Amino acid sequence: MEFANQTTTDGATRLTVDGDLTIYQAVEIRQRLIDGVRANAVLELDLSHVGEVDTAGLQLLALAKRESHHLDHVLRIVGHSPAVREVIEFLNMVAFFGDPLVIPANERA
Amino acid sequence: MDEILSVFSVEAREQLEAMEAGLMQLEQGDRDPETINAVFRAAHTIKGGAGVVEIHSVEKFTHVLENVLDRLRNGEIEVGGEMISALLLGCDHIGALLGVVQTGDMEPDAELKQAGDAITESLRPFLGATAHAAAGKEVSADADGNIERDPERNGSNSATSDCWHISVRFGQDVLRNGMEPLAFLRYLLNLGEIAHITTLTDALPAADEMDPESCYLGFEINFRSHASKEAIEKVFDFCRDDCELHILPPNSKVADYLQLIESLPEETMRLGEILVKSGALTQEELDAGLRAQSGARVGAGDTVPAPQLGDILVQQSNVQPELVEAAAAKQKTVSEKKAAESSLIRVHADKLDQLIDLVGELVIAGASANLLAKKSGEATLVEATSVLSRLVESIRDSALQLRMVQIGETFNRFHRVARDVSKELGKDIELVISGAETELDKSVVEKIGDPLMHLVRNAMDHGIETAAIRAAAGKPVKGRVELNAFHDSGSIVIEVVDDGGGLNKDRIEAKALEKGIIQPGQSLSDAEIVNLIFEAGFSTVEKVTNLSGRGVGMDVVRKNITALRGSVNVTTEPGAGSRFTIRLPLTLAIIDGFLTGVARSSYVIPLDMVVECIELANTSEERDYINLRGEVLPFVRLRELFEVSGERPARENVVVVQYAGRKAGIVVDQLLGEFQTVIKPLGTLFRNMRGIGGSTILGSGEVALILDVQALVSRCVRAEEQLAHGSTGTRRLEVH
Repeated sequence: MEFANQTTTDGATRLTVDGDLTIYQAVEIRQRLIDGVRANAVLELDLSHVGEVDTAGLQLLALAKRESHHLDHVLRIVGHSPAVREVIEFLNMVAFFGDPLVIPANERA
Repeated sequence: MDEILSVFSVEAREQLEAMEAGLMQLEQGDRDPETINAVFRAAHTIKGGAGVVEIHSVEKFTHVLENVLDRLRNGEIEVGGEMISALLLGCDHIGALLGVVQTGDMEPDAELKQAGDAITESLRPFLGATAHAAAGKEVSADADGNIERDPERNGSNSATSDCWHISVRFGQDVLRNGMEPLAFLRYLLNLGEIAHITTLTDALPAADEMDPESCYLGFEINFRSHASKEAIEKVFDFCRDDCELHILPPNSKVADYLQLIESLPEETMRLGEILVKSGALTQEELDAGLRAQSGARVGAGDTVPAPQLGDILVQQSNVQPELVEAAAAKQKTVSEKKAAESSLIRVHADKLDQLIDLVGELVIAGASANLLAKKSGEATLVEATSVLSRLVESIRDSALQLRMVQIGETFNRFHRVARDVSKELGKDIELVISGAETELDKSVVEKIGDPLMHLVRNAMDHGIETAAIRAAAGKPVKGRVELNAFHDSGSIVIEVVDDGGGLNKDRIEAKALEKGIIQPGQSLSDAEIVNLIFEAGFSTVEKVTNLSGRGVGMDVVRKNITALRGSVNVTTEPGAGSRFTIRLPLTLAIIDGFLTGVARSSYVIPLDMVVECIELANTSEERDYINLRGEVLPFVRLRELFEVSGERPARENVVVVQYAGRKAGIVVDQLLGEFQTVIKPLGTLFRNMRGIGGSTILGSGEVALILDVQALVSRCVRAEEQLAHGSTGTRRLEVH
């Protein structure tokens, strides 16, 4: 799993996660996400390359989201991989994260 | 028995006790609505719990009681003596049903069922006309354990949701145990459709404290499906032990949602959220309520307290009053509940035993430190160690307290026994229990069950006469067996009392002669004769019955009780009944002792049994009794009893001890004071030694023997009785 940091055009920091969000990486994910949320007033999380999400992974996303609320920071999930989108929809947490879910045209069917 | 079942039955028994207590209060004229509510809640909790663990016999039966209590609560019927008795009988019946569950059967036998039906029948007059039909209908729960709704409630009080409601909180270890909660939820899709799911992240701790490998999630699911409750539960089978699962069938009664609200772990959740999540209220209704509340606040200004959200919701008849009540009560009691929850922990018994062992070692080590400190003569060190030993003493007491359990649970088993036995024997016998709250050591409670069972069976079989004989003797036809427990000077006393025919002394004596237990010409007191029934190989009933002819005689009872350092004896009155008295030490591990010395050896006497210490006057040198303030006090000299060599000191002391109401003296050389005694068992070699109950280790590392006061006292008393017999004998001779 890889994390990549870059600054977007509007000044926000974008954290791209490449790999799985599962219990096997849980300790590292927590560290990265929480550090990212704490260090940046606005953090964009690009999850479009995430392969697999399990309970532990989802739980960590929720934790990061909540932490951002506590700090009055903003955490945006800007790219949802199909797996991420499916889990968030299945658990009815779209409103919790509050990010627009973009469904690529070629997946509609 | 399953862990879940045992947890349920323990909790249900607690609720039953609360219910009975409340009913008693009502019977004594208490009309406080809170009392009625408490009784109702207790019944409701039992029903709910029974539903969850699928003990339908309890669920169905409790439901009838609940209906009566509901009417009572709503003021539709008045409290009456007859109703209270019927309800109390109902409680007993639930207890009996739980008894069945505890023995591992899921269904009660026909007799118990019949008893339950009889009670249901006796409650029928209190159910009212409409509910009457409902009660009959409700009892017929369908195969899914899905109880049909009470039509009376149907109109106003049932939730509108046509979905199953699944409430699940995954335990923290679920992920570590290799399970994936999401997979369980996805599997649900094989059974039906998830109409709505709410993911609860409330349990997530602060980011730094959160363990990424623990699970903190909970889900509230509205599930549309035709599957049975069992099938839905099966989905969660793998993590059943690791999660908290509540499943409500479609169109559940409001009361069931109340139960769910009460059992939800979330505490800070606002009232509205709770209602929405339990599927009883829509978001729109909630929003309307919220708006009305803020509007009222603006209108009324700050002087008048704003109406509660709950009130507004009720006024707009969006929510059933009970729901709001429960949710509000939940909010109010959340902090209290938290306190109550944290005051109860379930701990494995092994851990407690280990703790007691360690405390025992601590006591011994402390005693040795104390001794060294005293020898060194350093004042500060002595002070420090004495503070230490006081603390050790407190630790010892609290540790032992942890092991204390009420004997009630053991006693309750006998209700069922009484029912079975009286049926089997065709006798009408009532079992009366008192002192069920008396506490004693857990290990003792476990071991006393069998001997007690035998005594109770025996009292019913041999003690209570048949109805015809009782009627002829002018006694009530209904026999009475009492089980009492109480504390008495450092021991616990358990009595089994019957009002039967009493023991026949002549027959016992004849039998004992025939069996060679006593010799012809041996003179025995009445008390000694009746206690012969505890000798090996004794049975007075010619007809060997199914109940008592199992080869387990009274001698086994006595052996079991003696193994617990206890004693058993019997007193009897012809025609009026017998009383079996078991005395047991409170604990088996550590006692407060009184240390005495004879020559160079030390002996410990349990402090609870010591009454006083006096100096032995020289005049009584060759006698075995002294005059204690006008009373004759027999005594034993330890020096003689244990054949300790050496000269008697100039001054000897008598320790006056009391056991089972009898006093006796123990003559020793020195009194060495109180001593915390960790009881170590004696080796098998000394098992048959009379007068010594165990050993302990002193601070100096020496071994001291613990005296078996019971044996010593009875030895003294026997000597005294023989003396008395002898003297009456001689007097008779003089007269003739």
